[in-house]
Amino acid sequence: MNFSLSLPLALFVAPEAAAASRRFILLNPVDMAIIVIYFATVLGIGFYLKRYTKRGEDFFLAGREMTAWVAGLSFVSANLGALELMGWAAATYQYGILATHWYWIGAIPAMLFLGIVMMPFYYISKAHSVPGYLQLRYGEAARRLAAVMFAFMTILMAGIDMYAMALVMKVVLGWDIHFSIWISAMTVAVYVALGGLFSAIFNEVLQFFLIWLGALLIPILGLIETGGWSGLVARVHQNFPQGDYTHLWGPMSSFAGNPMGIHWTGIVLGLGWVISFGYWTTDFLVVQRVIAAKDIRAAKLAPIIGSYFKMAVPFIVILPGLLGLAVLPFTLVPESAVGPGQHSYNEVLPLMLARYCGPGLLGLGITALIAGFMSGMAGNVSAFATVWTYDIYRSFIRKGASDAHYVKMGRWCVIVGVLVSIGTAYLVMQFKSIMDYVQALFSFFIAPLFGTVLLGMLFKRITPAGGFWGLLAGTVSSISMWALVKAEPSMLAYIALSSRAKDMAENMYRALWSWLICVIVTVVVSLVTRPRPVEELTGLVYGCTELPGEGHLPLWKRPIFWAGISAAAFLVLQIIFW
Amino acid sequence: MAEDHRIIPVWFFVGVILLIYGVLILATGIYGLFHPPATVLANLHPAAWWGALLTVVGAVYVHIFRPRKS
Repeated sequence: MNFSLSLPLALFVAPEAAAASRRFILLNPVDMAIIVIYFATVLGIGFYLKRYTKRGEDFFLAGREMTAWVAGLSFVSANLGALELMGWAAATYQYGILATHWYWIGAIPAMLFLGIVMMPFYYISKAHSVPGYLQLRYGEAARRLAAVMFAFMTILMAGIDMYAMALVMKVVLGWDIHFSIWISAMTVAVYVALGGLFSAIFNEVLQFFLIWLGALLIPILGLIETGGWSGLVARVHQNFPQGDYTHLWGPMSSFAGNPMGIHWTGIVLGLGWVISFGYWTTDFLVVQRVIAAKDIRAAKLAPIIGSYFKMAVPFIVILPGLLGLAVLPFTLVPESAVGPGQHSYNEVLPLMLARYCGPGLLGLGITALIAGFMSGMAGNVSAFATVWTYDIYRSFIRKGASDAHYVKMGRWCVIVGVLVSIGTAYLVMQFKSIMDYVQALFSFFIAPLFGTVLLGMLFKRITPAGGFWGLLAGTVSSISMWALVKAEPSMLAYIALSSRAKDMAENMYRALWSWLICVIVTVVVSLVTRPRPVEELTGLVYGCTELPGEGHLPLWKRPIFWAGISAAAFLVLQIIFW
Repeated sequence: MAEDHRIIPVWFFVGVILLIYGVLILATGIYGLFHPPATVLANLHPAAWWGALLTVVGAVYVHIFRPRKS
């Protein structure tokens, strides 16, 4: 699941008849061999790891043995899917360098915050999931609400990702859409059912290397072709003199000053604070990878390591989009407006791949996209299996069964989860507006959940009743605001502070307001209800938890040191691309 | 973990796949020296260079992280 998919996903609603006629990549036998080898490798890894995943701790949490580097790369990879790559390259072609905000201010501060502030509590509490932490901190009601919402949304999103990717394969390669759905889904089902989170993490690390090595040639060769960054900027301005595609913050001083229709306050407070913190610190798909770390120092370091790579991702995602503006001899159009001989924004990354990559390299690039999609799906399915088995099945349906029984349930859950996702993919094929609703569903929950978890971790006065009612109030308020704007569009001027705000801006402001409502309700209810005894909050809350010190470690071994360097690099990048 | 074992590190698998890909792409790149593909900047022979890079990186990873008997 990826909060940042709301824009790119919207770009992928392509009429299938039009999609069929736009195939422009022809794979040769070497390319096909590269793709087949990838499938064989991931299945082989799954079969190899099966013998090491007989306990629940191994299957659902990879034995909690991951090093900081493995957990960190997996943490970034779980989020770096093929739709993300293609969708944000497309968004860059449409909106310019503004799309980078989703990789910088929309990720880096949150990842560092997760590592330094929140990971100690997730890790020391020995929670197996985010809903698991909510149960320890607030009780069953909060856990149930979070677990059911998360399980439902994860499987729906997996199906949507599956459909969108199959459509991309049809457009770009001419593959049959059913073939793409079934082959990739069954492969994921097998290797995750066999090796659990171990398999998912191993393949995410593999995918990380393939993504970088498959996509890196595009910006390298592109910058050679344009004569460097200044040459690129000059060409973009020459081809598109009416827009500002190469400044990050300058055009954000007014809603009308940039093609996204967003003010900088929406980016900083909506995206940079609530949405990104909500996603990176509470979405179990990514947090699960860090919970699997071998010790608390590795758990703190993993998201910090991830932040460096996340900061570099624009090089392989945003830059190809800008290069498309600079070097493509034709103009791309929205998906809904594609005519004969035209290409849509979505195709900018494959077009750049085809521009520079011949046989072999093309296969590597396509494999990187397939790997991205499959690891994203594996991430969703492994997270779903954990939440279903531990937070729903073990908690309410069958308590006290053996560990082996729950592992078996986990394996079956993976298979069933994939089949349900396939069903969702076919449903989306029929009713494409479902994609918008599922994205909205995700946005209702993530900001209030962040408020609930954050308050619970930092303040021991917050009560179980406060946590539950705050979460519920925040979610209901978000749903209400969304429905209000749908029913009465003029309300946009109040919720998003401008009648000209686009959907994205509305999402950001709605996240901000729902987070505030969650926090206010949580605090007010907590003040009039009884908190839990302090001894029950040990390991869960700041002030009741002995956090291991790092004073004895040399500076370069302390997570805070590397977080500081990452933060400094982030600030320098904002200034450079202002 | 369930067994007292030495699980092969993920880096070994990364090395194996990069090595295989590197050899394939390098071979394609060498073929491309005589039959260049119709891509922009094909004269820079990116497949040959990239294939060589993948082969070297893959070989290093395989060597460093290969399973060893204790």
